[in-house]
Amino acid sequence: MTQTTTVEPRDQLDPGASAPERNGKSGTPRWVLGLIVPVVAVALWEAGARAGLVSTRLMPAPSDIADTLAGLAADGVLFEHMGSTTARVLVGFVIGATVGTVLGAVTGVSPRFRALFDPTLQALRNIPSIAWTPLFILWFGIFETSKILMIALGVFFPVYLTLSGAIGSVDRRLVEVGRVYGLRPTALVGRILFPASLPTYLIGLRNGLGLGWMFVVAAEFLGASQGLGYLLVDGQQTGRPALIVASIVMFAVLGKLSDRLLAWSGNRLTGWQDGFTPKAPA
Amino acid sequence: MIRLSVVSKRFATGLLAVSGVDLTVEASEIVAVIGPSGCGKSTVLRLIAGLDSPTSGGVHVAGRHVEGPSRSVGVVFQEPRLMPWLSVERNVSFGLHGEETAGPVAEALARVGLEDFADALPKELSGGMAQRTAIARALVTKPPVLLLDEPFSSLDAFTRIDLQEHLLEVWGWYRPTMFLVTHDIDEALVLADRVVVFGGQPGTVEAEITVDLPRPRDRTDLAFHAFQDRAMKELGRSSRDRPDRVRPPGRPPGPPTRDPG
Repeated sequence: MTQTTTVEPRDQLDPGASAPERNGKSGTPRWVLGLIVPVVAVALWEAGARAGLVSTRLMPAPSDIADTLAGLAADGVLFEHMGSTTARVLVGFVIGATVGTVLGAVTGVSPRFRALFDPTLQALRNIPSIAWTPLFILWFGIFETSKILMIALGVFFPVYLTLSGAIGSVDRRLVEVGRVYGLRPTALVGRILFPASLPTYLIGLRNGLGLGWMFVVAAEFLGASQGLGYLLVDGQQTGRPALIVASIVMFAVLGKLSDRLLAWSGNRLTGWQDGFTPKAPA
Repeated sequence: MIRLSVVSKRFATGLLAVSGVDLTVEASEIVAVIGPSGCGKSTVLRLIAGLDSPTSGGVHVAGRHVEGPSRSVGVVFQEPRLMPWLSVERNVSFGLHGEETAGPVAEALARVGLEDFADALPKELSGGMAQRTAIARALVTKPPVLLLDEPFSSLDAFTRIDLQEHLLEVWGWYRPTMFLVTHDIDEALVLADRVVVFGGQPGTVEAEITVDLPRPRDRTDLAFHAFQDRAMKELGRSSRDRPDRVRPPGRPPGPPTRDPG
């Protein structure tokens, strides 16, 4: 080295993970690889049903399920059921995530609040939340309030636990930088603790959302007149397995869509992370 | 500018880190503290920064008793400690509250040669660039006192020499008082007006060497070598004086390390 460089050339910079995820050699996009297993499974299932190897009375063929879905969609009933289930999850999620965020932030930042609230919340967490259902129905009636609160309760715990834990594990050295610049506690939360915990917090939100979808089923099992959970029960009581599987498929679609939406908006906020990103399989 | 009088610091674990430290740094002076690891040099820096408070004795910066971190004292740590979610530019402006940021940030970035990387994220920077960003962040408020805690120790030799030159340029810019902790004798001798040799357990000032060489200093120069030898001798003596390097954690210090104050 004949001279000491002061500015490294641009090409030494990390190119980042902005390149599209592709399978190196053949150039097949990764999502195509992900489709192979389900497509083959559905094809085998359909073939098995047509060949009479699978009893369609208990396990309807994929085409029957598709017909059922198309029929429900045609009279618009499907979208009403999906809409009411999604609305319940959304409202419950917002309530549970808000309370979880506030309590998680407060207990994460303040040791005193942590000592005050955390033992109780940890104890309550060990009760399977569905066990509260009968009590909730007694307290809030059989209609929307009890359902939404059940969902909110399910969402609350993962959000609370991850945010509280994430704030507690923020790098002490970054917090010290905040002290050097004389940040007040609120500024410390807003400028260091919250952004640093954001990636973990988003995982908590996604877990919470997943539990929200789980709890909406439990809530709709218990006396709903609308919603995908109601369709499940209806399918069982009227002996229509295709309706049950169709509802399950719609749950999968809605759950996946909402999770992707949350993950996508989260990734836009956490692109600064310098974490391990697995390369696409070769 | 910086004055420590009979300063001692005992940690909550019972460990007496430094004891009876008397040290004065004049305005615009560059003082380097060298010593073996664990001799309490970083502890002294943290006391001056107001990040820790002394168990006994007084710490004064610019004639005022240090009670906590202050805007007039900038700190560069051993690690860059950048906020990974902020661009270089916004990391540098971190310490500016609601004032004009564009001008000072551009100036600080130019001083460390990073004007082309204002929009880069920390994960895109090399170790040297990240540490230069940290220096720019400390400089942006133009603090009269700049504390540097082994700022170049995790960098390779080329980058280290490069950054040492940058640091001297920064000093020439507005002549801040600099207090540099290092375990690199050459670094201390290249940068400092005065080298303070720390040693012992608990740590204290063992010797002071005034480096009256003109700048820029040539590391291959005979006079420089003479200073190297002297620093080595002082360091060797201070290490030999250390009684027992290792003490089980949590145990109160034994008789040879009793706090005299």
